[in-house]
Amino acid sequence: MNRSTSPFAWWRFVKLFKDWRVFLDALLVTVGVALAALALAVAIGAVLGIISTSRRKPLRAVTRVYVEFFQNIPLVIIAFFMFNALPYAGIMLSTATIGILGVGFYHGAYVAEVVRAGIESIPKGQFEAAHSQGFSYFSTMIHVVLPQTLTIILPPLTNQAVNLVKNTSVLAMISGGDLMYRTNSWAADKASYAPALVVSGALYFLLCFPLATAARAYEKRIIRAGLVTAATEEKIIAVTDSE
Amino acid sequence: MIKLENICKTYGKLDALKDINLTVGEGEKVVIIGPSGSGKSTLIRCINRIEEPTSGSVYIDGELITRKNALQAVRKNCAMVFQSFNLYPHLSVLANITLAPMKLQKKSRREAEELAYHYLDRIGLRDKARAKPTQLSGGQQQRIAIARALATQQKIILFDEPTSALDPEMVQEVLDVMVSLSKESITMLVVTHEMGFAREVADRVVFMDDGVIVEEGEPNAFFENPENERARLFLSKIIR
Repeated sequence: MNRSTSPFAWWRFVKLFKDWRVFLDALLVTVGVALAALALAVAIGAVLGIISTSRRKPLRAVTRVYVEFFQNIPLVIIAFFMFNALPYAGIMLSTATIGILGVGFYHGAYVAEVVRAGIESIPKGQFEAAHSQGFSYFSTMIHVVLPQTLTIILPPLTNQAVNLVKNTSVLAMISGGDLMYRTNSWAADKASYAPALVVSGALYFLLCFPLATAARAYEKRIIRAGLVTAATEEKIIAVTDSE
Repeated sequence: MIKLENICKTYGKLDALKDINLTVGEGEKVVIIGPSGSGKSTLIRCINRIEEPTSGSVYIDGELITRKNALQAVRKNCAMVFQSFNLYPHLSVLANITLAPMKLQKKSRREAEELAYHYLDRIGLRDKARAKPTQLSGGQQQRIAIARALATQQKIILFDEPTSALDPEMVQEVLDVMVSLSKESITMLVVTHEMGFAREVADRVVFMDDGVIVEEGEPNAFFENPENERARLFLSKIIR
């Protein structure tokens, strides 16, 4: 048998397609972790983002510390800490849980910044109009400010979701059973890296590209509808630039 | 109805309002004029505490509202129309008008919408009920802001330069609504540069300069023969 040794040799792909279940299961793990982590990140981000626009300094300080902490350390450290250090304190978390918590905490910081920037971009006149009508701070937020904020921050939030999906691949470093990990272990096992990486890359792309495209389309739409200016939108997206 | 006592407002070193005393009777139409930066907007914003006076007291119906916790009380008495309209862009015209009546005054949707259509008829924009504010002209937006203010059925309505942000051809449609409103018993406080409007509707004109009420009086007397030198100078610049 005279098989090609090219990294992209067809027989390598055939082998991979025979093991499609491995990749499908791994993809489902990635999607599941990403969804749960996204829910966590949005919950953390919404609460901290709203708090960070409050007039109370100690509250703002708490959110600042959280955001700066998670924005200025690598995600891998968080994952390794939970995987390798926490067991010494008797805390054993499954890799999926570590993925959800680690990625969720980490992106919660970015979502908080997006929410804060979104709220701050709402013109002061909106608060004044609501206050002049007798709305309290809380009901102004609920009825006037947050609905407008949501429209404005949807594109940057979607970008966050894209980054979050990609960042779940940190699980590969702690044998997480996700798409990246399974890709690598299958590839090492079969000594066929190229097809595995190509297919896995394509799967990530299929998850992320539609989201990114939808975000851009929605952004254009709300700018055209006059709900936000392009400059404001750019400013909000820029708060996640440190990523 | 409204009584301001020794109102002062400072921003850092700037004294925006210096010891203002003013009383407005029930149903009275008071127009506040003066050069830019004279403190007239700050003054009416202190009446519903969008600005917090640095010192002094505001009474509405004898109730002191410049204390903590009186915030909801004052805003149950005053509606406000802003220079930049400040309509809620995420809501339809109808929802803009019904939001406060439904959420704050606990009116049913039907009741609130009937009320909204009543005021939309008054300003001649019933057909725009389902439109979004951003689809409307500035003049239309400001008329809707007036309808929104009226729909809360307060006894006092404050206008903070309602026509200053409008293109000239749209000023009149807004003034027309305000003139028709002035025939009613509602108490109006209007900060404006529209001297024709002041002449036509004001019971009293208040002239402010440099954070002080320099002169106040009945409009004809004030416009024909202002006593104060600064008022005279101001009028000579804007009335040609």
